[in-house]
Amino acid sequence: MPLSKQEWLALEKKAYELRLLTLDTTKWAGSAHIGGGMSALDVMTVLYHKYMNIDVKNPQWEDRDRFILSKGHVGVAYAPVLCDLGFNDKELLKTFNLSNSTMGIHLDSNKVVGVDASTGSLGHGMSIAVGTALAAKVRGKDYKTYVLLGDGECDEGSNWEAAMSAAHYKTTNMISFVDRNKCMIDGRTEDVMRLEPFADKWTAFGFVTKVIDGNNIKEICDAIDEALANETDSPYMIVLDTKKGEGIDYMEDNYVWHYGALDDTKYQQAKESLERHYQKRIARVEKEAE
Amino acid sequence: MAGGLTYTALDSTSLSTAEIYGQALVELGEAHPEVVALTADLAKSTKIGEFQKKFPDRFFNVGIAEQNMFGVAAGMARAGLVPFLSTFSQFASFRSADQLHTDLCYQNVNAKVIATHSGTSFGQAGSTHHAICDFALVRSIPNLTVICPADGLETYNAVMAAYETPGPFYIRINRGFDRVLYKTPDYGFQIGKAVTVHEGTDITIIATGSCVFQAWEAAEFLDKNDGLKVRVLDMHTIKPIDKEAIIKAVMDTRRIITVEDHNVIGGLGSAVAEVMAEAGKGCAFKKLGHQDKFAPIGLHEDIMNAVGIDSNGIINAVRETMKMDFEEDDNWDDEV
Repeated sequence: MPLSKQEWLALEKKAYELRLLTLDTTKWAGSAHIGGGMSALDVMTVLYHKYMNIDVKNPQWEDRDRFILSKGHVGVAYAPVLCDLGFNDKELLKTFNLSNSTMGIHLDSNKVVGVDASTGSLGHGMSIAVGTALAAKVRGKDYKTYVLLGDGECDEGSNWEAAMSAAHYKTTNMISFVDRNKCMIDGRTEDVMRLEPFADKWTAFGFVTKVIDGNNIKEICDAIDEALANETDSPYMIVLDTKKGEGIDYMEDNYVWHYGALDDTKYQQAKESLERHYQKRIARVEKEAE
Repeated sequence: MAGGLTYTALDSTSLSTAEIYGQALVELGEAHPEVVALTADLAKSTKIGEFQKKFPDRFFNVGIAEQNMFGVAAGMARAGLVPFLSTFSQFASFRSADQLHTDLCYQNVNAKVIATHSGTSFGQAGSTHHAICDFALVRSIPNLTVICPADGLETYNAVMAAYETPGPFYIRINRGFDRVLYKTPDYGFQIGKAVTVHEGTDITIIATGSCVFQAWEAAEFLDKNDGLKVRVLDMHTIKPIDKEAIIKAVMDTRRIITVEDHNVIGGLGSAVAEVMAEAGKGCAFKKLGHQDKFAPIGLHEDIMNAVGIDSNGIINAVRETMKMDFEEDDNWDDEV
């Protein structure tokens, strides 16, 4: 179903609120993986607020859709999504990364409600997603499994083992994303370890591959709609062309902001930048919405 | 216990240990629709072909990709299935260590790893396919129960007990045939409880896996020829280890030998030594196993002989240990 203007505006507002909450969480924590959190927030917002069939009151509901955050280091953006939905108390975000908190950098599925897999060690999420998708087939369930990988993460060979198995087992009940923000800890992905031709690699491994603007909510919705209507035997890979630090001007597209700390000045600047970013997005909706 | 035996103890002499595992898995598959089997191109070698035939929709051969197999299994387990993963011990531990650690054990999922071709049981394949370091790695992973059955029937018991017990398991079995130790399955197998397979008061041999039969054989020989009363404990569960049985052996016999088809660093011997050290109960003590050396190539029995973990090596070690001095003081209280 095409995205209505009203829905688009609501998703933009939610993405803006979650960016602010991620910024606050980073400030409370002292430091966090804010860059990759900001690049990934649009797809997480869209999934949790438009597509995923979940029940906050019954988090272990066995028919729920699953989301596996393979780039587990952006718990700083994922925890706000789950707390905002009501899976966990929002107050918990003030303890993020602090001693004795249930929320560390990488969220623990046995401690943080709503987390479908404990990730953090890279190159694990897609395998877990394939297992989750295959379990749906064995058990005759209709749920969908969504998995979000980082692009730097794709250096790990285990992803390609998982990719092979997804295509082999035709896990079309699973939709994969890569947050292609082109940055990793030590530099640009293409400088540290070349990934291109990235989309072709997924296609060669048996996926239907789409490359979209991963910080454009409408494009994300259109791609997911297409993937959900998939009638081929091949699973979908949606490569999200994103900017690291999306929304915070001094962080955008700068690999140095893979992980960082915020002082009061930087926090204030970030907040103002997010406000401008939101206004720009609203203007885009006004212009482009059908 | 699920199912019930579909074969008799007699059959266990005509089936290899892995074949008995394969049978047990079929039984579990018949009784429980949530049981699934995974392998990494080793369905034939790990003897789960019968499960594949009977339940093709619940069988997943992920190709030669062990890390993916572990992740897939974790996803399946979190979605309500009970996956049994079968591959060689070396690959079930070292090759996929991070996935075993994080996906299975940190998440504490209900998945069972059946690690075949353990120790030097695939002797001719050389050290690439020997697993003499896996205990050291897997027993240090929280939430993981580690079992090393002595023979086919004990493997059956271990597999059934693993199904009945939630959480991740690492069950380490051999390639090929094991010498038959247990004639019937009803000898009281319990996770975490050693089985006394030979009573004795002079010395205790604590053995695991294929070494248990060798220890039993040595005990029989020493009784007849040296008049020694040797206690033999089948320490099938490496973790959680039976502390009570170890401390009782220290108190009763004051001499302990451990035997394992594993490096003497980090395995059964180390686990026993840890229990003794923490209890403050010293005794004459010897660890038999691979002496921090990669094993030679050869038949399993030849390697066991060369390394000194067969009955001959155990007999020699017992005789040597009987000469070792220890404190003849029955007052243990001052040593706590």
